[in-house]
Amino acid sequence: MRVFQTFALALRALLLNKTRSLLTTLGIVIGVASVISMIGVGDGARARVQSLFSAMGTNMLIVLSGSTSSGGVMGGFGSMPTLTWEDLSAIQSQAPAVRVAAAVANARVTLVAEEANWTTAIVGTSPEYFDIRSWQPQQGTLFSVDDVTSAARYIVLGRTAADKLFGSGVNPVGRSLRLRSMPFQVLGVLARKGQSPMGSDYDDVAIVPMSTFQRRIQGGLHKYVPGVIMVSARDQPSTARAAREITGILRDRHHIEHAAEDDFSIRNLSEMAEAQQQGTKALTGLLAAVAVVSLLVGGIGIMNIMLVSVTERTREIGLRMAVGAKPWHVLSQFLVEAMTLAMAGGVVGIGLGIGGARLVASKLGWTFGTRLDSILLAFGFSALVGVIFGLYPARKASRLEPIDALRYE
Amino acid sequence: MSDSAIIHAEQLVKTYKLGDEPVHALDAVSLDIARGELVAIMGASGSGKSTLLNVLGCLDRPTSGRYLLAGRDVSQLERSELAEVRNQLLGFVFQSFNLLPRTSAVENVELPLVYAGLAKSERRARARAALERVGLGDRLQHRPAQLSGGQQQRVAIARALVNRPQLILADEPTGNLDSKTSTSIMALLQELWRDGQTVLFVTHEPDVAQFASRVIVMRDGRIISDDQQTPRLAAASVRAA
Repeated sequence: MRVFQTFALALRALLLNKTRSLLTTLGIVIGVASVISMIGVGDGARARVQSLFSAMGTNMLIVLSGSTSSGGVMGGFGSMPTLTWEDLSAIQSQAPAVRVAAAVANARVTLVAEEANWTTAIVGTSPEYFDIRSWQPQQGTLFSVDDVTSAARYIVLGRTAADKLFGSGVNPVGRSLRLRSMPFQVLGVLARKGQSPMGSDYDDVAIVPMSTFQRRIQGGLHKYVPGVIMVSARDQPSTARAAREITGILRDRHHIEHAAEDDFSIRNLSEMAEAQQQGTKALTGLLAAVAVVSLLVGGIGIMNIMLVSVTERTREIGLRMAVGAKPWHVLSQFLVEAMTLAMAGGVVGIGLGIGGARLVASKLGWTFGTRLDSILLAFGFSALVGVIFGLYPARKASRLEPIDALRYE
Repeated sequence: MSDSAIIHAEQLVKTYKLGDEPVHALDAVSLDIARGELVAIMGASGSGKSTLLNVLGCLDRPTSGRYLLAGRDVSQLERSELAEVRNQLLGFVFQSFNLLPRTSAVENVELPLVYAGLAKSERRARARAALERVGLGDRLQHRPAQLSGGQQQRVAIARALVNRPQLILADEPTGNLDSKTSTSIMALLQELWRDGQTVLFVTHEPDVAQFASRVIVMRDGRIISDDQQTPRLAAASVRAA
């Protein structure tokens, strides 16, 4: 008998007991649907976390200066400048795991354009900053190292700040605006980055060369780096090594005793992202395990009904054997029946699962991609469940002696 | 053993264990049946006549003894090989018809050909021809539930015929039928026999055994008589009985 014929026969036998087949399949439907939707939701969550963290910057570390201590009140990290420009160049040149590093200072200022004004975060930094945060200009250009050296009055705007100052749909490149009464020329507008994990707007920002920032916005000791040092490691796995190298360099340069505490701190954003990812992964794994258990329960349902079916059809089996069915024919007939049940359940379950995952994703505002491999996996797994749980009843059927089967009442 | 022998059985023994007591359902039965015979096996229930039919029909294996079917030793074959022998050489008719429910007459008849691996068009043509042969050419698509007992047994006979077997075995073929229908079924079997088909049937009714050309009587697992006779002719087959 050919494969197609066997499947047609199985389908026919199953359709003779529509309600029973439907109820039996339900277990597999639910199992497959939950596997698919759990994997889909898990992927969505992971993609979400990934995009949040990659918007911050790639393989990023942040080095903060030390804390002031005034009358027992600790000022917190960054309150006392301890990082010098020499520290920055040492990090840039002596730490092999570091790809680039840039000083980043922050303040809030009001920018005044011809027709509007807008208070926003202003960042003073060097061109490496754009690289660390993988931020491209959408319009115009970014400032250069020379602009930093010459303390040029150039400004690069985030999309939100540009729209608020010049109106959306207007190209502000080349236009000028005022910052504390001083004219600045708009050099470029950055591509949209969206929200930070905390919900603030990355694009509501203006960026000027560090030297300009120090001279025009924030005074202070020019020996020290104002703000923080952002570092991008060579790749994701080397972020921890970069942190160790920077710690070594800074402790050495700051002459910190062996037992003494650091006068700086390093935040490894990449590790945070990784920890988040691990959390999501573990959760997805857990949900998928529960889903697999329900698939197994569905399989047991199939086995149960196939055993009933074998018993009910004992005389039919006897007759088929009498007219020439070999044990193999009987085995494959019942096995294919179990597989057909399971795979039909699989197909319906895949449909439901995709629908369910889309629903969850749309409720949570996540992007949701149905992975072909998870669909194939679920389908293959349901066929496998059919084979495994169909095997015992099918073997039982094929091992019947024709004469006993024919006499069965 | 002559060339014309379809069945050559020597010292067939079949022993069942019933509790601790061994029961000899067949107690050293030797038998030859030639091609073209219409043989009735008679006996009371428990005489071993059905066991003999099952062993001769390769549905059951003898505990010991030698059995040549159409010249081939089949007494020690594997299950799969026996299935093939049944498929190629034998046709079965049962007391309770054993048709697949909710399956049309023509599909029931096709069943042996499915396992023989024939193509669908060939199967359909041969099944139709077999149903026409038993007078049911106009009932191809009827399901068993839509047919009378006699018609169902005719479908079963068509199924036994369809693979052109060397031997048709019938176990109480008239056991579930009234006497008029029984006669028509026997008339059909006689018709096949006159066309050269070898037929072996089991019955406990002497009336039915009269239609055979040879009557074998069994008791306690042994053959106690084996006589040739002139068969009584069954009334002309009532086609759609």
